[in-house]
Amino acid sequence: MTLRPFLQQGRPDLPATVFAPWADPNQKPLIRFQNVTKRFGDFTAIDDLSLDIYEREFFALLGPSGCGKTTMMRMLAGFENPTSGRIELAGQDIVPVPPNKRAVNMMFQSYALFPHLTVWDNIAFGLRRDSMPKIDLQRRVEEMLKLTRLEKFARRKPHQISGGQRQRVALARSLAKAPKLLLLDEPLGALDKKLRQDTQFELMDIQEKTGTTFVIVTHDQEEAMTVASRVAVMDEGRLIQVATPADIYEAPNSVYVADFIGDVNILEGTVRATGPNRYHFTWADTGESVTAASERPFSDGQTAHLAIRPEKVQISAERPEGAENAIKGKVHDIAYLGNISTFHVRVAGERIIKAQSANTRRITNRAFTWEDDVWLSWTPTAGVVLSD
Amino acid sequence: MRRAILILVPYLWLLALFLVPFIIVGRISLSDTALARPPYLPQFSWDEGIWAFLSQLDFENFWFLTTDDLYWKAYLSSLQIAITATFFALLIGYPIAYGMARAPEEWRPTLMMLVILPFWTSFLIRVYSWIGILSQEGYLNQILLWAGIIDAPLIILNTNTAVYIGIVYTYLPFMILPIYSALDRLDGSLIEAAEDLGCSRLQAFWLITVPLSKNGIIAGCFLVFIPALGEFVIPSLLGGSETLMIGKILWEEFFNNRDWPVASAVAVVLLLILVVPIVLFQRNQQRQAEEDR
Amino acid sequence: MRMSWFNATSLTLGFAFLYLPMVILIIYSFNESRLVTVWAGFSTKWYGELLQNQSFLDAAWVTLKVAVFSSTLATILGTMAAYVLVRGGRFMGRTLFSGMIYAPLVMPEVITGLSLLLLFIGIGLDRGVLTIVLAHTTFSMAFVSVVVSSRLVTFDRSLEEAALDLGASPWDAFRLVTLPIIAPAVISGWLLAFTLSLDDLVIASFTAGPASTTLPIRIFSAVRLGVSPEINALSTIMIAIVTVGVITASLVSKRSMVRQKRDEQAAARAT
Repeated sequence: MTLRPFLQQGRPDLPATVFAPWADPNQKPLIRFQNVTKRFGDFTAIDDLSLDIYEREFFALLGPSGCGKTTMMRMLAGFENPTSGRIELAGQDIVPVPPNKRAVNMMFQSYALFPHLTVWDNIAFGLRRDSMPKIDLQRRVEEMLKLTRLEKFARRKPHQISGGQRQRVALARSLAKAPKLLLLDEPLGALDKKLRQDTQFELMDIQEKTGTTFVIVTHDQEEAMTVASRVAVMDEGRLIQVATPADIYEAPNSVYVADFIGDVNILEGTVRATGPNRYHFTWADTGESVTAASERPFSDGQTAHLAIRPEKVQISAERPEGAENAIKGKVHDIAYLGNISTFHVRVAGERIIKAQSANTRRITNRAFTWEDDVWLSWTPTAGVVLSD
Repeated sequence: MRRAILILVPYLWLLALFLVPFIIVGRISLSDTALARPPYLPQFSWDEGIWAFLSQLDFENFWFLTTDDLYWKAYLSSLQIAITATFFALLIGYPIAYGMARAPEEWRPTLMMLVILPFWTSFLIRVYSWIGILSQEGYLNQILLWAGIIDAPLIILNTNTAVYIGIVYTYLPFMILPIYSALDRLDGSLIEAAEDLGCSRLQAFWLITVPLSKNGIIAGCFLVFIPALGEFVIPSLLGGSETLMIGKILWEEFFNNRDWPVASAVAVVLLLILVVPIVLFQRNQQRQAEEDR
Repeated sequence: MRMSWFNATSLTLGFAFLYLPMVILIIYSFNESRLVTVWAGFSTKWYGELLQNQSFLDAAWVTLKVAVFSSTLATILGTMAAYVLVRGGRFMGRTLFSGMIYAPLVMPEVITGLSLLLLFIGIGLDRGVLTIVLAHTTFSMAFVSVVVSSRLVTFDRSLEEAALDLGASPWDAFRLVTLPIIAPAVISGWLLAFTLSLDDLVIASFTAGPASTTLPIRIFSAVRLGVSPEINALSTIMIAIVTVGVITASLVSKRSMVRQKRDEQAAARAT
């Protein structure tokens, strides 16, 4: 279940049905990338990529710098044209349309607020380009100021307000024209951590209120997981996985995705089927075997990786009763993070496996300390078997 | 379309008023002097055709420049004057730039302005101001005589010494500014690190400060040398009859002798001499830009 | 931090060298005597004589006309050229273009003057105010484009993209966003072109006709004969104008910088 439907369930004014247009074959996508390739000289930024994004989605493009996510966004805005392929917005090819004629607006990473204009004039800039009647324009700007809680700062210049306020001006300015699609390029990158978290929820609120489709570019996986209805993980100009945050986290399709999102233990070994959707995983380092469940089929003797999140690994002093998978080890290091602790446990000589436990009790009562002998255990469904 | 206009307007302007004039200079430098209007031959005419025209062009004027020793002496002496003046400008400019970079932070903008201010005042007036100082009955001689340092007035005006002073004085800001900007960017902790590692003040200066301000020194030297080489106003106001500078020769050849072909040839050779320092200067600027990145 | 005696000495001597000649010039412009090197008491009579001298006034008027026209033209062309160089991308003959823009910066004035004169004679254009304006525009647009392009290089391009994104045409984006922001550089480019034009002797001498003597030409022919009190007075007036101008400009820019800094600090405190 995604975070988004979960939030909507708590609100009586919204339908409790799960928002998942990508699963509905009758839905027409708002944006459609068809075999898009973009080259800069010899460098291939986007490599034969196809992707559909639906109306009212909050879609995140996630990846390390240089993975092509910014190029994707700039192609949607019209600042770059694909070398080959087709980009559709609401069924129309937008490649020949110049940026100033697209019903797409962008919030820039640097905010790109016009330094010589007041907050009010910045927000009105786009509306004036459409020669909107003065009364309507005023009403619209006031509305945007109210939406972003900037009424008090309307007459100020961008250098007279704080970073967080600037970020809201940039948002208000790009939303003022009520675009079909809003692009956000690392919108919270310049804010400090606390403000960033508050702003993430504010962004989600505004997206719901306005019903605009948002495409956000970020390298911050936590941010993508928090705000997005779907996340596309990119690497070297390709989409590695497109799925809901929960699926990306719980069912990554590759070692790359598993490793990129969150903390993970990755074991290398070979698999052998033992029953329907059940496999024996033989760990290459030690020859120890564990049981793992997988919906994806594997052939006997195939090399594979087993990815297990640290919080799904239990740590205990004794071997737990009836545990299918249990390994003995020694506590090598403890990272105390307040709410949780991460134990680095040395098993089979040099291998380190991370296990996390919630600190429900005060620290003085901690059960394990350095060099303690411990048992690690997990259920067969806790890990994901990955083929590459 | 708009982009084409944006490019074409300045482009055509420069072609018409910068490149074409140079082609004309080159073409006239290959012609012969004549008592005509304009005072050179051949004139191009469509009847005779382009080949008849081209066949009359020759390098006679350039040959003439090598035979009359006035010209090559003038080139050599221009080079010598420009190099000497550049050296003195560096000698005087470096300590000023250094002092500015080490001055308290809040003084620096004012000091900067004081260096730039003369730059905005008339060049002619700044050269002129030295006539009154250097002349035989000028202020300098008055002071020296009064102080009893000399018995008879020194003759400085209308000598090469006055030309050196003039060049150093007028082009000093060009020397100070690039060196200052190099020194200003120099991280003070580098000097402290050098001293911490056992350098004396002077050693730290030679081993750290000078090498790191090298690009500024080179830029400053070129910025003084290049315009000094073709200088006309300073030698004609402060120099004497023995001061030979090529800018002055060109002027006289054109206005006094009305020998357009020779004046053009003088210009072409001066340009060829200048190509070397200009290319070197460009390279230095590019390297610096790359280092900054 | 206290300055070492060495730095203090080199600064004092250096600035004395830069300013003493001009200070002497100014002092002696108030000298009673026609013998300029002998002080004979305070007087402003040379200023009076200067204002009576029709040939100086005529030359000043010509110079002003030339400077206003040529610096305005040079600012327009130089800004266009800078924009083309920084933003134009690739086009045929770009190398030649940038070469032609920057060449006048290092070109000896005698050569520029000679070549332009030969052009004007070649196309049969009578020498006068027009030819000086053309010549000054050509060599000062190089300076304008250096000033403007150094500002454009640091200009955050996403501001223009934001304007396009919000529906502005490329021309509107330039007019409403780029131009107001680079305006200080354009204005200093204009000022630079204006001073260069006011100041120029060599190129003007080549391209001026008999009826269009500029002030530097007039001064040059006067000072060739030696020091004269009228020229001292004229120099003082010119130095005064420039000094007032430069100091005002730097005070204005300093004040706006201080204000900006204060605003930013206030904004930072508010969060």
